[in-house]
Order: sequence, then structure tokens, then C-alpha cells
Amino acid sequence: MGAYLIRRTLLFFVTVLGVSIIIFSLMRVVPGNIADILFESSGYIDQVQKAKIEAELGLDKPLVQQYFGWIGGLVKGDFGFSYMSERPAISEILPRLPVTLKLGALTLFFTIAFGIPLGVWSAVKQNGLVDNTLRVITLSALSLPSFWCGLLVLMFSVHVFGMIPIYSNEPRGLWHELALLSIPALVVGFRSSALIVRLTRSSMLEVLRQDYIRTARAKGASEKTINYHHALKNAVLPIITLLGIEASHLLGGLVVIETVFNIPGLGRYLVEAIRWRDYPIVQNLVLFSAFAVVITNFIVDMLYAVIDPRIKYSD
Amino acid sequence: MSPPPSDNAAGVITAKDEFGTAISAGSFDTELAKAGANVKSRWGMGLFLARRYPLGCVGLAIVLTFIFVALLAPYITAHDPLSTNPSISLAKPSAVYPMGTDFMGRDLFSRVVYGARTSLAVAFGATILGVFFGVLIGLASGYLGGWVDLTTQRVIDMLQALPTLILAMAMAAALGPSLMNTIIAIAIPKLPSIARVIRASTLSLREMPFVEAARAMGMSEMRIALRHILPNTLAPLIVLATAGLGSAILVEASLSFLGLGVPEPHPSWGRMLSESAAEYVRTAPWLVIFPGLAITCAVFGTNLLGDALRDLLDPRQRTSN
Repeated sequence: MGAYLIRRTLLFFVTVLGVSIIIFSLMRVVPGNIADILFESSGYIDQVQKAKIEAELGLDKPLVQQYFGWIGGLVKGDFGFSYMSERPAISEILPRLPVTLKLGALTLFFTIAFGIPLGVWSAVKQNGLVDNTLRVITLSALSLPSFWCGLLVLMFSVHVFGMIPIYSNEPRGLWHELALLSIPALVVGFRSSALIVRLTRSSMLEVLRQDYIRTARAKGASEKTINYHHALKNAVLPIITLLGIEASHLLGGLVVIETVFNIPGLGRYLVEAIRWRDYPIVQNLVLFSAFAVVITNFIVDMLYAVIDPRIKYSD
Repeated sequence: MSPPPSDNAAGVITAKDEFGTAISAGSFDTELAKAGANVKSRWGMGLFLARRYPLGCVGLAIVLTFIFVALLAPYITAHDPLSTNPSISLAKPSAVYPMGTDFMGRDLFSRVVYGARTSLAVAFGATILGVFFGVLIGLASGYLGGWVDLTTQRVIDMLQALPTLILAMAMAAALGPSLMNTIIAIAIPKLPSIARVIRASTLSLREMPFVEAARAMGMSEMRIALRHILPNTLAPLIVLATAGLGSAILVEASLSFLGLGVPEPHPSWGRMLSESAAEYVRTAPWLVIFPGLAITCAVFGTNLLGDALRDLLDPRQRTSN
């Protein structure tokens, strides 16, 4: 276990460092930096002034120096300055974090709350009416672009209720805020719960064929006990893997939905920052999302060992 | 050194697609014959498959329809998708403009039809590019092993540590807006899963007796990899590529929606929805409904087709009992 943990930690650092290099170089390949964009939008180019801005932002330094400046700062807890607002990047990112976290948590909640029970139901009634209906619904959920689904919800509420349930900056308390966020969360969760339904179904079908399910039935266990206690427990490992992936890749889905519903979270901020070549913000946000992915993967692997005693990480 | 579970179970997509066993054409035919298909005649076989996979056939029909619409776009549409006409700005759907017009008075029907060209070009382009390089990387990684394998696996780890859309966004921003760059930006996030699946099948195929036989005959390693290993990875590859088509259409639409995708003048479904869609939700719902419907139908078709192909080519995932 110890050797395994050390190896995992090493891999963790290699991956995160690699991602930081990838994203740093990607942002530098872009033709034009923020100075160019500012001058382009104002329509004239004053080379002296442009050079001054670049020097101020440190964009005239060699790339290697810029890179180590960034990483060195991160190690010391310095996230750099946003070019757009000229405020410390961390004070731009932190206030936006809670909204995105709440939205993500709600999405995951809906994903699990709908995905797993419906998947079990679908497997138990294999090839029945419920199963076939759910198959069509889940397939269409996987085909719906979430931003379009969001736009349809907006359109529906405009034409039926005459208003748009858009996130407001001053929600009346936590419950009001959660209620406002639950609509976009349902839109994103629709897609990921469809994935969970399909996986739970196929995973359950495999387990339901096992001998010990027949044994449980023979000893007189109720259907509910069999499905949830005997079967789901053994079918849950792949579901947890997928949930981990969905959780860690959530930011990708939230980027789009935050834009549609005008939610002031990290996702929408990332889109803006990319547009303005705000390197410090983009770099830190993308690295942050890579961090989230790697850590979630690690947690999922540890969960395996907790849930399934057959899995041991000896080496 | 055995890889930790996360390496194998890196995604359900990959985990589900890691078919250790390869299906050769011969055993496939016999299995179909066993199931009652008339393998001798091509029509008999087609009929059997159609009866067995009705949803897959619907999917195939949808995909073919979109391909035909894209190819025959100039013959289907009456108006130029790019010509503007301010006097008919935001016209409601009518006989002349079946889907209405947009803010600049462009015919939405023509734009949706021509949008199929953009969307399919990006989807097929990105899938072909991703499969080509993914296969190359996976084969090299699995067949050569050693430091090649180790390095590529670490790079793949890094690429997989980024959500697909975020990696595509960063790539698209880095490369700048153009049709080709959008294709590249969507192809790169596809590489890891394809490379992983091909690597996994290559690892098991490498130990097969027929590879040993080929080596004993004095074949070059290159020839063994390309002529003996590659064809046996075809089944999972087809399944992955079909599933990839749908996701490529979705990613392109999302990128264009965020303003990072295919630039003007190519009509793109995603961009049609981004053009102040929040306002059109109130005033011109047809501008929101039709492009989104096009995306959904196209992806739905490829998903149905992909599901049926997975069923057909991977017996372990077979859903019908």
C-alpha cells in the first residue's frame, strides 16, 4: 500500500506538471496577446505603448522565464494578476467558486438520484415497457446538446410563465439560490443521469444472472432486498468509475450551461478569459480543473478498495 | 509493474470498449449463421440485420439522410444561405422561408441545410484524424512497449486530465478560428481513448500464436503490426469511431456556441444558437428551435447506429439476452 501511494503521488505530480506545460504552451501559441487584442479593438496600433503594456504584464520576457514565474508563484500561493481586471487572479476566482461548486453538487445529486434507481428499474424490467421507454429517453438525452436543452427550458418558461428563471446576484437565502440553480443543474444532470441509467442497467443485468441472486431468491428474500442489497452492491463499481469521471469533467458541461443561464461562475469566466487571452486566469482555471480530475481519480480508486474488499493495492 | 486500476478503468467509454478478444471475420459469419442469418447472400444478411437491429437501421437512415442533405445542399435550398436581406429580418416561418429568417434576413432553412455540411465535415474530419493518430499512437505504444509505451501513457494521462470541452476550447483558442483548426481541436481530445483501446487490444494480440507464426516466417515488425495486429483491432475501432461522430458534432456545436468554433462564413448550427439566442427565446423562437433540432437529430442518428454496431461487433455487450 505504501509503495502504491508513493507511486500514485509521483504520477500525480508528473501529470499536473505536464498539464501545466501543455496549457502554458497552448496559450502562448495563440497569435496575439491581450495587448494585441486591446489595440485591435480600438483600431490603431501604437508600438511604443504596446511594448509598454507588454513589459508591464511581463509578456516581453522569455517563455521559459514566464513559465517558471507562474509555477514559482503557484508554489508560494501567488496566482498572478488578471489582465482584464488587474486584480489578483485569486480574488477573481474565489468569489466565483461557490456558485460553480453548488451547481456541480446539485448536478451530481440529480445524476445519482435519477440515474441509479431508474437504471435498476430498467434492468429489473429488462425488455419491458419501462426498459424500452427509458432506452429511448436516455438515448435522446445523450443526443441533446445541453445548451439547447437550456434554451428550450428558457423558452418554455418565457411562453408559459412569462418570465425567465435566470440566476440573480442576490438570492433570498440559500434555498432560493438552490432553487434557482436546480434548473440548470437538472439540464446538465439530464445528460449525465442518462449515462448512469445505461451503465447501471448493463451492470445490473450482468449481476442479476449470477447464481447468488438465485440463491437469495430461493431463500425467500424480497425483490427489493435482492435488487438493492444483493445486486446493486455488486454492480456498483463501474457506476462509481463513471460517476468519478462525470464529476471530474463537470466543469466542461458547466461552462456551457453557465453561459446559457448567465450564471456568474467559473465556467463562464473561463470562456471570457480565453477570449481576452487573460493568461493567468486561463492557466490557473485549467490547471485547477486538471487537479480536480486527478484527485477524483485517486478518490475513486481508494473507494474501490473500501467498497470491494477483494481489491487491494499491494504494489 | 501492473498498472493501477484507474489506468484500465480510465473511462467508462474506454473501460467498456476494452475488448480483450478480437473478432475475426470468419467467426463473425459463423456466429451470424448460427443465429439464423442467410450468410450466403448479401441481401439475406442485410435483411437479418435489419430485423435484428431496427433501431440501428433507423440510425443508419438518419445518418445517411444528413449526408445526402449535406451533399445535395444547393439542390434542396431555394435561397443562398449567406445573402442578407434586411427587409425580411426575423420573418416568421412561411411557405417561402420554411424555417423563417434570422436577424440579417438570411433564410434559416438554407442555413440549417448548409450547416449540415459544416457539421459533418468537422465530425468526419475530426473522427478520421483522431482515429488515424490514435491508432498510430496506440499501436506503437502497445507493440513496441518499453519507454515508448511509458512516455505515451504519461502524455495520455495528461490529456485525459482535462475535460474534453475545456481541452477543445483551449486548443481552438490556441489555433485560432478556422474550419481546419476546429477539426484539429476536436480531434486531439479524442486521441487518448482511441489510443488506449488500441493499445489494450494490441497488448493481448501481441501474445497470440499467429503473431509468433508471422515472426517465425521472418516478417518485419512493421508488417506484423500493420497487417496482422491492426486488422484485428477493427471491431472496437468501428464502434469507437461511430460513437465519436456524435460527440464530435456535439463538441463542435458547443465550441461554436461559445464563439470558439467554426468562423463565418461557414453556417454552423452551434453559432446560429449563440447569436443572441437568449433574446430570440422571447421574440423569434424558430431561430432557437430548428438549429438545435438539427444537432439533436444528427447526434441521435449516430448514437442509434453506434449502439447497434456495439451490439453487433462486441458480443460481450449484447443486450438482447
